[in-house]
Amino acid sequence: MQPFRYERAQATDDAVAAIAAESSSRPLPNSGATGIALLAGGTSQIDLMKEMVHRPDTLIDIKRLPLSQITALPGGGLRIGANVTNTALAHNTDVKKNYPGLAEAILSGASPQIRNMASTAGNLLQRTRCPYFRDLVAPCNKREPGTGCAAIGGINRVHAVLGASQSCIATHPSDMCVALAALDAVVQVQSKRGNRSIPFAEFHRLPGDTPQKDTMLEPDELITSIDLPAFIGNSHYVKVREKASYAYALVSVATALEMSGGTITRGRIALGSVAHKPWRPERAEQMLTGKKPEMALFRQVAEAAFDGAKPLEYNRYKIPMGKNALVRCLMETSELMPLPGPAGTVFAASAGGAAGLAGDGK
Amino acid sequence: MPEKETLPPLEAVGKPVRRQDARLKVTGAAKYSAEYDVPNVKYGFVVESAIASGRIKSIDTTAAKQATGVIEVVTHLNAPRLFPIPNEAMGTKLTGDGGLSEMQQPLQDDDIQFAGQPVALVVAETYEQARYAAHLVKVEYDEHKPVVTQEEGLKSATLPESFGGNVKEALQVKRGNTSEALRNAPVRIEHDYNTPIEHHNPIEPVSVIAWWDNDKLTLYESSRFVEGMQKVYAESWGLPLDNVRVMAYFIGGAFGSKGFQFRNGIITALGARVVGRPVKLVLPRQQMFLYAGHRSPTRQKLTLGADKNGKLLATRHESAIQTSTISGYAEPAGRGTKIIYDSPTMELVHRQAHVNLPSPCPMRAPGEAPGVWALECMMDELAAELKVDPIELRLRSYAETDPQTGKPWSSKHLKECYDKGAKRFGWNKRKATPRSNRDGRYLVGHGMATTMYPAEQRRAGATATVYADGHAIVRSATHDQGNGAYTTFRQISADALGMDLEKVHFELGDSNFPMSPAAGGSVTTATVGEAILKAGHEVRHKLMGLAVDDLQSPLHGQKLDDLDVKNGRVFLKSKPEVGEDFGTILRRAKIDPLLTESAAEPSPEREKFTFFSFGAVFAEVRVDEELGAVRVMRLSGVYDMGRIINPRMAENQLHGGMMFAVGATLMEETLYDPRTGRAVIRNLADYHLPGITDTPQIDIEFLNIPDPHMGELGARGLGEIGVVATTAAITNAIYNATGKRIRELPITPDKVMAGV
Repeated sequence: MQPFRYERAQATDDAVAAIAAESSSRPLPNSGATGIALLAGGTSQIDLMKEMVHRPDTLIDIKRLPLSQITALPGGGLRIGANVTNTALAHNTDVKKNYPGLAEAILSGASPQIRNMASTAGNLLQRTRCPYFRDLVAPCNKREPGTGCAAIGGINRVHAVLGASQSCIATHPSDMCVALAALDAVVQVQSKRGNRSIPFAEFHRLPGDTPQKDTMLEPDELITSIDLPAFIGNSHYVKVREKASYAYALVSVATALEMSGGTITRGRIALGSVAHKPWRPERAEQMLTGKKPEMALFRQVAEAAFDGAKPLEYNRYKIPMGKNALVRCLMETSELMPLPGPAGTVFAASAGGAAGLAGDGK
Repeated sequence: MPEKETLPPLEAVGKPVRRQDARLKVTGAAKYSAEYDVPNVKYGFVVESAIASGRIKSIDTTAAKQATGVIEVVTHLNAPRLFPIPNEAMGTKLTGDGGLSEMQQPLQDDDIQFAGQPVALVVAETYEQARYAAHLVKVEYDEHKPVVTQEEGLKSATLPESFGGNVKEALQVKRGNTSEALRNAPVRIEHDYNTPIEHHNPIEPVSVIAWWDNDKLTLYESSRFVEGMQKVYAESWGLPLDNVRVMAYFIGGAFGSKGFQFRNGIITALGARVVGRPVKLVLPRQQMFLYAGHRSPTRQKLTLGADKNGKLLATRHESAIQTSTISGYAEPAGRGTKIIYDSPTMELVHRQAHVNLPSPCPMRAPGEAPGVWALECMMDELAAELKVDPIELRLRSYAETDPQTGKPWSSKHLKECYDKGAKRFGWNKRKATPRSNRDGRYLVGHGMATTMYPAEQRRAGATATVYADGHAIVRSATHDQGNGAYTTFRQISADALGMDLEKVHFELGDSNFPMSPAAGGSVTTATVGEAILKAGHEVRHKLMGLAVDDLQSPLHGQKLDDLDVKNGRVFLKSKPEVGEDFGTILRRAKIDPLLTESAAEPSPEREKFTFFSFGAVFAEVRVDEELGAVRVMRLSGVYDMGRIINPRMAENQLHGGMMFAVGATLMEETLYDPRTGRAVIRNLADYHLPGITDTPQIDIEFLNIPDPHMGELGARGLGEIGVVATTAAITNAIYNATGKRIRELPITPDKVMAGV
């Protein structure tokens, strides 16, 4: 890794001041790739630094800032501090009770050791798993703008089928973010210019011709919390992968359904590992409103959700797999099919794999 | 042939003794190669070639050399010159077509043969300094278009003659007129079966500490072939063998790697030579995908001809295999096909592609893992075609003798394996029609396969040192790569010497110890065990001789035949209370310690027989077809592997082997970019290894019938047989569940759900 300076921020304002100074001298996207970078859990950042993909010259450690609380929001909902660990969030009683889909998504990701370190805000900022992003020799517009994209025409098995561009076909790798997207979370950020709220659907961006920029976060902004709005309904996550633990999703789906008298009053869907951001298929979501949950409807919704999907040489499977995963997730969320394991656990979210450990809802 | 009467009474052998090094390992007290505190050690980091084929035009090391802590950057321009890799080590062919090793010495010239090839070694005060400076080395290349894909490599394919230079392992074989037999066969099926590149991925990366003391080179290296490395390093520098010492006391897994990759030790020694200090090299995981070997991919075409009952009449097994441009390693994919069934005609072909990729090497069950998978899936296809039960089909072509040579088996109880396995597993509950077994949302399937593995023996030596205080140390330059060698050899040593287990220590992993082959090919226990027994016999003989010759001994004047040894004591068979312990005998004789060295080699009797272990494997899977997810629910295996030295260690080896197969069947695959030859999969987040949540219920039975021709112990090896055909049992179970034949590993969710 490139030699760097390490500082520990004593207060949130100090960290904000440090990145403000950085932002004025070098207005680079706050990806942590160069200049001043923030360090929280470090589970992804340090790996990328070891491989020289990220080369910050200064790391400001924000781990000890007082951003590790989960508090109730007035009027319902939860405020999740930026530094709350993945483990703490997944096992929070209110999360398990009211947002089991979020707990399922978090527990489907990484390993217990990584989740013990990884922070909530850091999860939003993790970089793609496109293998070419990590190969310094390969052209990569995300790593080095203007060099090209080795994944186009390369081994693009894990790449995007929705919203990709000629510059970049990478996907966002997070499980947690897929659930946060479906739950309409709000990202609270702070900078010297003031505070602002970014709706989750607008936080991550599509690559366009600036794939180096993963999010709408400005270089001088620090995430302080993620807010979950009040939600009364069922939420659920389904993940398909090659092995039962410690594997990124081939495709994943989060759904949140609000029901009244046997009909869906509002349905939200987020698709994971299919695009540069957690993908919200709005037209498909609207098709759920006012309808009775049933397989035939869900199949139509799944078709609509992948409307416009464009496969590459090696990722064609993602479209049918994504549709089937969405149907499955909606069937389980609407209780037409039993969960394959207890709600809020990894067993509920696993297709095959670890689901076998908890049994078929038995 | 050794008389059975000479086998010492087995007290410790056969008992489920717990792993002797378990506490050391779980407490961190076991020292692995990188963990030795060698004074003044410096750190090496390898600079990788960016291109797969071409020449180095220039290397600019200025910036790297100026970086903090950097001592030297070793390149082909300033590295000492080396002699070529020797053609063989300990009887194993290393170089040329069919050899197991690479032929390229590191940092000797400007020639580039694969992407990632070492072009420099940075040596610095700390690991981080070396790693950072490695990125500052600027290399310019004259790039040639690399040959990366197997298709392209096959355009100039070679036909390797043998695996590892062993004449018994011929790779181009014809038995009878296969073409004619296939033409005339009432039933004929032909399919392609493909397997990918897989990496061993031991948890301990390749690690070396090397240092020079004038012309003496010493290395701690994560090696399962300390004497092979000793020989190769000595010859590389033109030194006498005794000038080189290689030590590997603990190995964090190897699975076929860490045996024939000489580059890592040599490049570390080059660095140490140049800077005049000890140098440590620990490969980062990414470089394990470059310098630690892998399993060759295979594209196999199998053709079976049978009569209407399914009795095999003809077998053709054509394998396209792959190696690098700097290695002749030939994956012997057809080797199992030669012996597994009685097929009067048989043809094996291996066509070898040479490509600009890192070199393959043996990987747990080389050849059998991909080849027997394909054959055993084909047998399932034949059974389905003829609507015959898969076990019954196999019995119809049961090989009563070695079908290739006609020799009798040394010991074969495969029918008993089928029988017991079917009962344990509940094979009679299998529904023969695919897709007819459902459990809620899941399709359930059952499959089985025959497994086998050759039971080779090699030459090995051992010393036994008995001390007058009543303890003994037995040594051999063998290895414990996690296989339990420290434990099983301690058991064998105790019985060989006639002493209690607690009084006997076993030491390994040092090239200064008596000769031992690479830990591989499932030969270790049967090979080193015989040497230990022989040393034990000599010790007993000497002690008895000392006692009967000694006027002061209560055994004075007795005939040797009337004496026996047990619990560290020589006594009269007829009157066990008359006798004395080893310490008393040695103290009076003023011998302390008593040292014995012996070597054992395979008996010429072996030529009369063919030696194999066998087994039957059964799998149950559950398939979530809409999402393509497969879960292996149960594996059962009944194995005929001769005498079991330690059932606990043996079960552990079989569990590990079977999980190796779960990974190979469902998830393991390494990809290289077809344009550049650069590794696309190169970390453990993208290379999927099965974990505890992927682990099924595993049920294992050993027949435990000693092989009467396999030396005194009668034990055949068991390190690899667990991998073989477990893949096929799972694949066949997926067919039974889904009705889908997936003839390409790994069977990932996209393949399972295709077409649903």
